[in-house]
Amino acid sequence: MSDAEVFRASALTRVYRMGEVEVHALRGVDLVLYGGELVVLLGPSGSGKSTLLNILGGLDRPSAGTVTVHGHDLTAAGEGELTAFRRHFVGFVFQFYNLIPSLTARENVAIVTEIARDPMAPEAALELVGLGGRLDHFPSQLSGGEQQRVAIARAIAKRPQVLLCDEPTGALDSKTGITVLEVLERVNEEFGTTIAIITHNADIASMAHRVIHFKDGLIDAVECNTQRRRARELSW
Amino acid sequence: MTLGLWPPRALTRKLWRELWTMRSQAVAIAVVIAGGVGTLVMFLTSLYALTETRAAFYQEYRFADLFVSAERAPVGLLAEIAEIPGVQRLADRVEAGATLELPSFDEPITGQLLSLPDGENAVLNRLHVSVGRLPEAGSGREVVVSDGFAEAHELRPGDRLSAVIRGRYQRFEIVGVATSPEHVYQIRPGDLMPDHRRYATVWMNREALAAAYDMEGAFNSLTVALTRDARPGEVIAELDRLLEPWGGRGAHDRDFQTSHRLLEDELTQLRSIAVLIPGIFLGVAAFLLNVVVGRLIATQRETIGILKAFGYSSGAIALHYLQLVLLIVALGIGLGVGLGYVLGEQLALLYAEFFRFPFLDYRLQPRTVAIGAAATTLAALLGTLTAVQRAARLPPAEAMSPEPPPSFRPTLFERLLAYWGVQRWLGQPTRMILRSIERRPGRSLMAIIGIAFAVGILLISPYQRNALDTIVDAQFSLVQRDDVSVTFYEPVSRRALHELAGLPGVQQVEPYRQVAVELIAGHRTHRLAVLGLERDASLRRLLDQEFAEVPLPTAGVLMTDYLAEMLELEVGDTLEVRLLEGRRETVQVPVSGTIAEYIGVSVYMELTALNRLLGEGDAISGAWLAVDAEQRPALLSALERRPLVFGVIESEAALENFRDYLDDTMGAILVLTTALAAVIAFGVIYNNARIGLAERSRELASLRVLGFTRGEVSYILLGEQALLILLALLPGFVVGHYLYAGLVAAVESDLYRVPLLPSPAGMATAALVVLVVAVISGGVVRRRLNRADLVAVLKARE
Ligand SMILES: Nc1ncnc2c1ncn2[C@@H]1O[C@H](COP(=O)(O)OP(=O)(O)OP(=O)(O)O)[C@@H](O)[C@H]1O
Ligand SMILES: [Mg+2]
Repeated sequence: MSDAEVFRASALTRVYRMGEVEVHALRGVDLVLYGGELVVLLGPSGSGKSTLLNILGGLDRPSAGTVTVHGHDLTAAGEGELTAFRRHFVGFVFQFYNLIPSLTARENVAIVTEIARDPMAPEAALELVGLGGRLDHFPSQLSGGEQQRVAIARAIAKRPQVLLCDEPTGALDSKTGITVLEVLERVNEEFGTTIAIITHNADIASMAHRVIHFKDGLIDAVECNTQRRRARELSW
Repeated sequence: MTLGLWPPRALTRKLWRELWTMRSQAVAIAVVIAGGVGTLVMFLTSLYALTETRAAFYQEYRFADLFVSAERAPVGLLAEIAEIPGVQRLADRVEAGATLELPSFDEPITGQLLSLPDGENAVLNRLHVSVGRLPEAGSGREVVVSDGFAEAHELRPGDRLSAVIRGRYQRFEIVGVATSPEHVYQIRPGDLMPDHRRYATVWMNREALAAAYDMEGAFNSLTVALTRDARPGEVIAELDRLLEPWGGRGAHDRDFQTSHRLLEDELTQLRSIAVLIPGIFLGVAAFLLNVVVGRLIATQRETIGILKAFGYSSGAIALHYLQLVLLIVALGIGLGVGLGYVLGEQLALLYAEFFRFPFLDYRLQPRTVAIGAAATTLAALLGTLTAVQRAARLPPAEAMSPEPPPSFRPTLFERLLAYWGVQRWLGQPTRMILRSIERRPGRSLMAIIGIAFAVGILLISPYQRNALDTIVDAQFSLVQRDDVSVTFYEPVSRRALHELAGLPGVQQVEPYRQVAVELIAGHRTHRLAVLGLERDASLRRLLDQEFAEVPLPTAGVLMTDYLAEMLELEVGDTLEVRLLEGRRETVQVPVSGTIAEYIGVSVYMELTALNRLLGEGDAISGAWLAVDAEQRPALLSALERRPLVFGVIESEAALENFRDYLDDTMGAILVLTTALAAVIAFGVIYNNARIGLAERSRELASLRVLGFTRGEVSYILLGEQALLILLALLPGFVVGHYLYAGLVAAVESDLYRVPLLPSPAGMATAALVVLVVAVISGGVVRRRLNRADLVAVLKARE
C-alpha cells in the first residue's frame, strides 16, 4: 500500500431535484483515497454512498465541490475526458452484476479488454475469479455469484488503478459472497489496485484498511483497522 | 482517445446476436424498406430508361423541333424558309389521311400516310426500320408500316395492305416495319388509348403519294430542326408569315406534337409517383425503426450504463445502435433493389406496349441504387435519431438504475364513463388496453398513421377503377352517343349528309365542323380544333359537372372548364380566336359558358355561327351516325369506298379497346398496390404487437400466474392492436382520398382530368385486407405469447 493520494474529494454536494422536492444526497463530503488501499463504505440506505461512488468513478457529477484524481480536476473534465478516465482508470462492480445478456462470460469481459490499453486476456481474468471453466456460458446460465465474479473479472481485466464496488455481495449468500471478496482481496494485493467497497454488511468492514461511515449525506466517522481479517475468515 | 480495435468484436457479436433475437421484426421492417427502395428503384429505373432512350432516339433519328402543316405550298418556297435565321434543316413532305384495309381484318383502320424522299429515309424524324427495308426508289407500291400496327396484326414484309385514297382503292405491299421519333406514342388524334389494331402510320415514296393528292411540286407538311441558338418564337412567326398564302395552319413546337406531348406527360406523372409511393414506405419504415430501436434502447438502459461505466463513449454507443439500424436498412436495400429490378422489368414491358421505342435501355443504374440507398438511410437515420441520441445522452449513473415504473392514469374515455357513472362497463383488461394506448399517445398515433397509409394505398386501385369507369361512362354513353363517326378529307357541303343518310343501316346523321384555331387570352394561348355542332345535336351532348345538358349559345362559345381555367377566362369574357383555316382572321368571341369534360379540352360553337366566322357557306368536316347494329358491317364496307370519307371510327371498338386496357393495367396495379399495402400493414401491426408483447411480457405473465387464461391475456395484447386498427380505418379512408387526390392533381392536364370519387366497395375491401393481415400477425404473436415460459419471464430482471 502506497501513500500516494489517488482521489481527493472536497466539499462534495449532490442535490437531486425532482419537481418541487430537493433531495440532498451529499451535503459536503471531504475524503481522500490512497493508492493501494482497500476501503469499505458503510451507512444506512439513502445516506449517499452510491452517489459518492458514482461521482468518484466519473459516472455522475457533483452539484458543488471538487474531485481530483492524482491532482487532476475531475469535476472540470469534459465528456471525452470522463470517458477516457472510465475506460483506462476505473473498474466498476455493481450489486446486480449488469452483464450483457446477449454475450457470454468471455465476451462480457472482452467487451472491456478490447478497448483497454494494456488488458489481461479475458480468459486470464476469468481464471483469476475461478471461472476458467465457464468461458462460453451466457449470463442466464450462471448463478448469481458466478455472474458477480464475471462482473469482477470484467472490472479487473483492464488492470484499473481503482476498483469501485457497489454492494458486490448484496445479492449473494455468505459463502458465495466470501468467494467474491477473496477475489477482490487478491486483486488488491497482487495488483495494488485501490478498492472501494460499499456494503451493508458490517462484517466485511474488518477486511478493510479503512472504514468510512456515512450518514445523511455526510461522513460520520472514519476508522482505521489496525487488525485486518482475511476475507476467508469472515462469516455472516 | 485510442480506439484500438474498432468496432470491438464483442460489441459486434452483441449486435449480431440481438439482431438474430429480433430477426422477425427486423425482417418485417426490412420488407417495408424493401417496398420503398423497390418502388423507388422501379420508378427511377423506368424514368431513367425512358428519358435516356428518348433523348438518344430523338437525337439519333433527328426529331424535329417545329411542325407546321399547310394546304398546299410550292416546293420553291423552301429556299426562302431555309433562310430564316435559326433554321438548321427542313424536311417537307406530303401527309394525308386514308382508310386502310387488311385482308384479315374487316373493320375500318385509320391510316396516316406520310411521304418519304424517293428511296431514302426522311431527313428529319427518320425512320428506324426494325424489320424489312425502306421502299425502293421509284416504287409506288412499297410501303413501310408503323410497328405497333404491324405487331397487332402480325404483319411481315410481303404482306398486303390496301388503302382507299380519295375514293380510289390502291394495293400496297409492306416491305418494312418502322417507328420514328414522331411515332413513339402511336395514337389516333382524339383517342384515349392507342389502338394499334385500328390506327397505323404508313410511309411511302413521295411521288406516289403526291400524285394521289395532287401535291406534285408541293408539300403540305413541314418539319424543321433548329440551330442551338435559335429563337423558336421568331422562327414560328416567320414560318407562319411565309406559309400564310399557302394555307399554313400555324407552326408549333414539340409541346403540341401528340407523341412527344403524351410521352412528356407520362414522364411527369412518373416523376411525381416516384416520389410519392416510396416516400410513404420510407416514412413508415422510419417510424417502425423508431419504435423498435427506441424500445430496444429502453430495455438496454443498464447495458448502456455499463458500457459507459467502462469507458465507452457516447459516440461509440450511438454508433453501436446505428449499426443495428443500418444492418436492417442494408437488408431492406438489398431486398428492395432486387424487387425493384424485377418490378422495373414488368413496368418496362407495360411501357413497351405504349411507347414504341426501337430500343428500350432497361438497366439498373448504379446512380439509382445509390439514390435509393441514400434516401432510405436518411429516412432510417431521421427515424432513429432521437432514440439513438437518447441512448448516447443517457447519463451513466442514471442508466444504471432501472427505468422508473411507467406512470398510468385513467384514460379520458374512462373518466368520461366515470362522469356518466358507468365506468363499471369496462373490465380490467379493457382498461389496461385503453391505458396502454393513452400512455404512449405518440406511438399509438404513429401506428394509426402507418395503418392508415396502408388502407390509403389499398384505396388507390378502387379509386382509379371508379374514376376510369366514370370517364368511360361519361364519354361513351353520355357524351359520344354516335355509333360511327365519319371524317371527310376536307370540308364538304351539307349535301354529303343526304348521301350518308342513304347508306345501309343509318338511322340518324348529325354534321360537325372542325376548325384549327389558336385561342388567345392575354398572354396565354392554346391551339385546338373548335368543334361546331348543331344546336339540337343528340349524338354529341355537352354536359356540366352534374351531367346536365348545356345548350349551345347562338353566338358565343362553350369551353371545357379546365381550358377556361388554363386561359384564366370567366364566363362573359371575350376570347380572341385566330382562325388557322378559311378566312384566317382573328375574331373576338364571347365565352358563353363552360362544360365538364374528362378527356381533352374543347371549344364548341354552333355550326352555322362557326361557318359565319369562317366566311364559308354550309361546310361540314364530318358527321356522327346512329346505326342499326345489324347493318353495321354493310355500312362500314360502304363507307370504305366513299371518295370523300377518310376516317371512320366506331364507338364500340374504341370502348372495347379502352376496356381491354383497363383490364390489363388495372389488374397489375391492383396486385401491386395490394401487395405493397399488405407489406406496410403487416410491418406496422406485427411490430407494434411484438413490442407490446416485449414490453408487457412480465405483466401478462403475472396475469397468467394469477389465473388468467391464454385467451384473456391475448385479449389484452391483441385487443390493443385491434382497437388501433379500428381507429385507423376512418383516417385511412381519408388518407386514401387525399392520396388519390394528390395523384389526380399530379396527372391533371389538358389531355385529361381524373374524377375523384369515393369507392365504398373499395373501402370495404381495404378494411378487409388490413383485417386479414392483422389476424395473421395476431396469430404469429399469439403463438409466441402462448409459448412464453412464465418462470423465465418473471425471473428476468427488467
Ligand atoms: N436519480 C435520483 N433522483 C433523485 N434522487 C436520487 C437519485 N439517486 C439517488 N437519489 C437519492 O439520493 C439519496 C442518496 O442515494 P444513494 O443511492 O447514494 O444512497 P445509498 O447510500 O447508496 O443507499 P443504498 O444503501 O440504499 O444503496 C437517496 O435519498 C436517494 O433517494
Ligand atoms: Mg446504493
